Amino acid sequence: MAEKVLAGTSVTVNAEGYFENPAQWTKEMAVEMAKDYNITLTDKHFAVLEYLRQQHNAGVQLTIRKVGNSGITDIKELYQLFPGGPLKISSKLAGIPKPTSCV
Amino acid sequence: MTTQKEEYPLKKVCIICAKGTIEDVYATLVMANGAVMEGIEAKLFFTFFGLDAITKNRMEKLHTSTVGNPAMRMPGGLPFPTILGMIPGVEAGVSSMMKSQMDKLDMPPVKEFLEMIVAGGGEIYACKLAVDMFKLKKEDLTEEVVDIITVGDFYAMAGGIGTQIIFT
Repeated sequence: MAEKVLAGTSVTVNAEGYFENPAQWTKEMAVEMAKDYNITLTDKHFAVLEYLRQQHNAGVQLTIRKVGNSGITDIKELYQLFPGGPLKISSKLAGIPKPTSCV
Repeated sequence: MTTQKEEYPLKKVCIICAKGTIEDVYATLVMANGAVMEGIEAKLFFTFFGLDAITKNRMEKLHTSTVGNPAMRMPGGLPFPTILGMIPGVEAGVSSMMKSQMDKLDMPPVKEFLEMIVAGGGEIYACKLAVDMFKLKKEDLTEEVVDIITVGDFYAMAGGIGTQIIFT
């Protein structure tokens, strides 16, 4: 565990940079983290992040298939939104733990 | 002499699927989808009975073998007697039970899984020799298949540092 300052606020993250406490998350933090991946967050990105947070809070184990069937985006677009890690990077930017599913 | 250990991150996986049972095909699909989800390039090569996974009228009818499969268990964990597996319909029943278990874990049907892999940039190929052997044509294969290629073509795609060939 480590402390990291994001958007002027100190948050607790694990060794890989995932939030320990999703309640500490703000949109501004997501914008700042996205810069590490050269992603400029759009409304579409935020719709995905909100969906992930909502599902995580509901105790759902997230998979790329669930996001693809969410009605927010399809899987192809999800790859375009978060290149190189559609579920991993989006989960990190959403301030939720690293996904544990293999699908 | 000192040797320095160098590690290269995995950049590309070339996965060969030569068998047509549920578990063999899904091993390929899960590994390929897992690769593209991590930003790793994936090329899939289906050959011999593995072609069932990309053949339109067979891909959703895959079975797992209930005969000669010592790892097979009854619900509850007791060994599954081979003689039971020989009874007509048992293999189909076990296979559909397996598929429903997989669906609960969000493992999609074969066609949808292939679409997911392609959506992530993965490429699906069929082995020319096996296609000829089973007297199949391009139109018999699902649309996700990019091409029917030779082993040489497949090896030509498998170059580069950080590439691995996986035989499931």
